[in-house]
Amino acid sequence: MADLMKIVEQELASKRAGIPSFKSGDTISVHVKISEGNKERIQQFQGVVLYRRGTSTNGESFSVRKVSNGVGVERVFPLLSPSIEKIEFVKAGKVRRAKLFYLKGRQGKSARIKEKLAAVKAA
Amino acid sequence: MPGILGRKVGMTSVFGADGTSISVTVIEAGPCVVTQVRSQEVDGYKAVQLAFGEKKEKNTSMAMQGHFKKANTTPKKNLVEFRDFTAEFDAIAELGKEIKVGDIFAEGDFIDAVGTSKGKGFQGVVKRYGFAGVGGQTHGQHNRLRAPGSMGNASFAARVIKGKRLPGRMGGERVKTMNLKVVKIMPEQNLILISGSVPGAKNSTIILQK
Repeated sequence: MADLMKIVEQELASKRAGIPSFKSGDTISVHVKISEGNKERIQQFQGVVLYRRGTSTNGESFSVRKVSNGVGVERVFPLLSPSIEKIEFVKAGKVRRAKLFYLKGRQGKSARIKEKLAAVKAA
Repeated sequence: MPGILGRKVGMTSVFGADGTSISVTVIEAGPCVVTQVRSQEVDGYKAVQLAFGEKKEKNTSMAMQGHFKKANTTPKKNLVEFRDFTAEFDAIAELGKEIKVGDIFAEGDFIDAVGTSKGKGFQGVVKRYGFAGVGGQTHGQHNRLRAPGSMGNASFAARVIKGKRLPGRMGGERVKTMNLKVVKIMPEQNLILISGSVPGAKNSTIILQK
């Protein structure tokens, strides 16, 4: 039975494979398709990932927060949405929890996330 | 109405052409076998009987074994008659014919789903009939927050009217959900994706009809 479920979800598997791995705290840039009338253009939305939820299902979604003109803006995207052209990984963040809701009320210094530098292997 | 029998597999979501997320129920529908054809002359009405789901021969009575043998098929678990349709009747009505989901439905159709709802046990009137309850926790309500309230009138009648909605067993009954859109049909796997939810638990038998 579970197998039949997988067959249905398999159709989006190739799309999932094309998405870079990212987790909460990371900074990513989401290229969103926006249709105005019959024209389509692409807008970037760059910010910090607050959470990912519903992992490994078709309904998986994530939230991105950025501060635009001093106003905090948050957008929730379905991970496999056809309106996402691509997701670009910008930098990894060093955080200690999976859901970064504590960032919501903060600004300035206390809303910073330290960058996680890739571990350099001793050659 | 023409229809088909299926088994509920589960729910997931897919994306529509415009990027909207659609929650869908996955149903393994068919293949069904026509085990009997009812005719106007013999039975007084036209219908086809469809069979779905494998069953062991040792668990099948001799009478039913003979019934399945007539249709030249193996014993099946569920038998349902579909009647009152003429347009597609001749294409379907043939003893022993295998009916697949693509033969009956097409993507974009609006169909009905019939199933047995999940048993909820003994429930009060708020859950069972949507009563509003008392409506407040303060002003001396004590512990009667979800109580049914008055049973009826006083000296006239002087009894509780029959059919008064009271607590009791809920669920586990036949429920039909109407006008569900067929989002997708996957003929190789006999799967059909229906927008929205369908009554019943996973693995339960669902009747789909137009």
